Amino acid sequence: MILLWLILVPLVAGVLAWLAARWNALAARWIALAATLAGLGLTLWLWRVNFYNGSAWFAQVDWAWMPQFGIRFHLAIDSLSLLLLMLTFFLGILSVLASWNEITQAVGFFHLNLLWILAGIAGVFLAVNLFLFYFAWELMLVPMYFLIAIWGHENRVYAAIKFFIFTQLSGLLMLIAILALYFIHHQATGVYTFEYQDLLNTVLSGRAEMWIMLGFFIAFAVKLPVVVLHTWLPDAHTEAPTAGSVILAGLLLKTGAYGMLRFVVPLFPHAARTLAPFAMALGVAGILYGALMAFSQTDLKRLVAYTSVSHLGFVLVGIFVGNDLALQGALMTMLCHGISTGALFILVGALQDRIHTREMNRMGGLWTTVPRLSGAALFFALASLGLPGLGDFVGEFLVLLGTYRQNIGVAVLASIGVLFATFYALRMVQRAFQGPNTNNWRVADLVPREGLVMALMIGALLWLGLYPRPVLDTFQPAMARIEQSGSGR
Amino acid sequence: MGGNDFTALLPLLIVAATVIVVMLAVAVHRSHAVSASLAFLGLAAAFASLRLAALVVPRPVTPLLMLDGYGLFYIGLILAASMVVVVLCFIYFERCEGDHDEIYMLLLVATLGSTVLVASSHFVSLFLGLELLSVALYGMIAYRRSQALSLEAGIKYLVLAAASAAFLLFGMALVYGALGTMQFGEIASRLRAPDLDGWLVLPGMALMVTGFGFKLAVVPFHLWTPDVYEGASAPVTAYIATVSKGAMFALLLRYFYSSGAHELAPVFLVFSIVAVASMFAGNILALLQNNVKRILAYSSIAHLGYILVAFQAAGDLGPTAITFYLVAYFVTTLGAFGVVSVLSRSERDADRLEDYQGLFWRRPALAAIFTAMLLSLAGIPVTAGFIGKFYVVAAGASAAMWAPIIILVVTSAIGLFYYLRIVVTLYAPSRQPRAVETRVGVPGAVVLAILAICLVWFGVFPGPLVALIRQALTGAV
Repeated sequence: MILLWLILVPLVAGVLAWLAARWNALAARWIALAATLAGLGLTLWLWRVNFYNGSAWFAQVDWAWMPQFGIRFHLAIDSLSLLLLMLTFFLGILSVLASWNEITQAVGFFHLNLLWILAGIAGVFLAVNLFLFYFAWELMLVPMYFLIAIWGHENRVYAAIKFFIFTQLSGLLMLIAILALYFIHHQATGVYTFEYQDLLNTVLSGRAEMWIMLGFFIAFAVKLPVVVLHTWLPDAHTEAPTAGSVILAGLLLKTGAYGMLRFVVPLFPHAARTLAPFAMALGVAGILYGALMAFSQTDLKRLVAYTSVSHLGFVLVGIFVGNDLALQGALMTMLCHGISTGALFILVGALQDRIHTREMNRMGGLWTTVPRLSGAALFFALASLGLPGLGDFVGEFLVLLGTYRQNIGVAVLASIGVLFATFYALRMVQRAFQGPNTNNWRVADLVPREGLVMALMIGALLWLGLYPRPVLDTFQPAMARIEQSGSGR
Repeated sequence: MGGNDFTALLPLLIVAATVIVVMLAVAVHRSHAVSASLAFLGLAAAFASLRLAALVVPRPVTPLLMLDGYGLFYIGLILAASMVVVVLCFIYFERCEGDHDEIYMLLLVATLGSTVLVASSHFVSLFLGLELLSVALYGMIAYRRSQALSLEAGIKYLVLAAASAAFLLFGMALVYGALGTMQFGEIASRLRAPDLDGWLVLPGMALMVTGFGFKLAVVPFHLWTPDVYEGASAPVTAYIATVSKGAMFALLLRYFYSSGAHELAPVFLVFSIVAVASMFAGNILALLQNNVKRILAYSSIAHLGYILVAFQAAGDLGPTAITFYLVAYFVTTLGAFGVVSVLSRSERDADRLEDYQGLFWRRPALAAIFTAMLLSLAGIPVTAGFIGKFYVVAAGASAAMWAPIIILVVTSAIGLFYYLRIVVTLYAPSRQPRAVETRVGVPGAVVLAILAICLVWFGVFPGPLVALIRQALTGAV
């Protein structure tokens, strides 16, 4: 039942926030904050209770929905879902806080959308019935679309529609793949089912496995994003309001990685192994391309958006290398990228709120007027370039270590990506915050609310960087199963 | 004909009687409200009589009509949709000058024609039903005769519908000439006969497909659609989009599945081409439109293309998928045109994109309903359209028709663009002053709310509806 609450709390709170905003906008914000806090509380409680509990799924909800088709309302949680859910609600809290002053129009409807996205993402991380998964997968797009299209910046309509069409088209390909799997399973066993556990054991011919796997892979690759399919990302991230960017980068991209880990590798182990070299190549291409593109941007937000392409390249490489270290690294990168990139988006948003531009050429010398904001930006820039002691370093280091065992060439190329990260991160700090204050900016520094947000994120990154043990231990059972299925049955 | 035959025919008889009642009432005293209420009550009574009819089916009533679970299900769907259209007509025409009682008579006649069409099992009843429907539609489309667009649309529809009816009639004659029967069931057995002299059958089938294709507005018989959608009053457009097309598709299903003619290789090929062309043309041409009614017209062409994919898949899932999709499509289309109807003013329909700019900030409920309808047309979860699309793709996948379903997926992604364009407009900053707004009124609010609830209900708990459809289809097709 607790899993249902994880979805229902944001869903209901969204409606309440919408209604409450009719008489008081502040009430909507507090309701949203309370709901996300409650969500985080629930996941933390689940974590404490089930720490080191080795069983596969440690909580489930399983109801018949459309039994004639084998469609069940089946939620289950394992350690992978748990960690990502914690990230979901953590970033949810921060998004609510980050939009406290930024969003002044239609506050209630904004929080309705924000909370519904979180509910959809929670559904994606929890669903173990493929129909339900697809349902949640599609559902989280709609509020995200509204978030970009209504509260976004100048070019929001273009970005929102592009985002929607990319993800929908790839999602429909996944639907075809799901249905193909469903009918093949029925042919073999005579049972109609969308249940993840049942479909895990479907026997597929080599060609069918490859095609069906590609259907899933493309859907997740668009979200991740894998280079070539990433073109929606810079637009959507740049045009979205701060909270939207945080959720896009921190969570929606992670649903792609989650899908690879949960579905692509376990359901289609052979095809995934065949694809692995290509996927690794795409990952490395993403790392390098993202870093280069980030280096050449002058729009601060676009720069941060491209760093996502680069970091998620590490995740893709880690997933398809598929050994212990690489998988742990992929997970750590997912969590830490969510926090560090989210923080950078919040900072850019805060800055844009104050100086009404994202153009780095118009910045410079901001350190003198907003020292706290600039300091925080430096911290997260360093995290992004992989400074030891911070979470991102752990993730990327583990991925590189794991990759080195399997393929030295990929590891070498990927390390060059880390080097590039130094360029773009330091360039960003230099151009925006250091040097002379030529434009004579005089603006307010971070207020206590924003300071608190930053402190929370800095704390989380330090914790993940210095003592990642509890997270990695929690991940262990889920990882073992992914690894086992990846190495063939 | 015995008592049970009359019981089975009760829904049709009640609709026919209602036409006369409304006509007599108008002769006594002209009142828009009274005519609309009588029409609504008549349709409601016919709908209620379905329960009685269901007790005595399946039974052939005369060689012409076959009343079975399938027929009754579609009759119910048509009657329900007609009731919605009556309410929309009342709201819409109440704002216009002049007398409007005749629209209800025409609507009832068209409904009678549609019900005959879905119950027919014989060429004669097919043609009778079709003509009842078409002739009434001419009047309905050109009903606002002071408006040039409306007249143009009426004439266009008249000429093309008459021509297509001629095609259909010639086709039926050829099939009859070749097979010597006009009964659908017997066509099946004659087609399988080893000594079949088939050279007349194929041209006959081709001509019949032309006739069907016109009514369904699939490519290449779709040219009338955007003009007629634009010219007709919004409730009438809703009627053409739903009842007229739905009844035709129900007939198509019964005719081809019971005669087995869709398995003939050339017929199958023709339907493949028509389906693919409709999906592409509908979705791509809709991108170029700026008029909401025209966008919905092209989108309906695409939707019929999707349904044809399921039609070709046939098998276990095909008929259920089609029927579910049609129900979802009825609800969605009625909802969308319902919003257009209530926003329309006496001088012109609310069919320009500007009319919708910022609707959400002025009238959140209406905009939310319109958004839901558009998202359903786009096939987004929690709406009936999602389950419908899922079902159609599932039917295609079960028949391993990978190419058509991939085309379906790609074209429907193109289609997203124009739905989202309308949605974006709804949420853009508002420019219109509040004063010019029309009022929805209680009947409109109730109807739109019911449609929205159905939309979500079928989208989240489709189980009961699917069970009902399966039960209705048992043994029928």
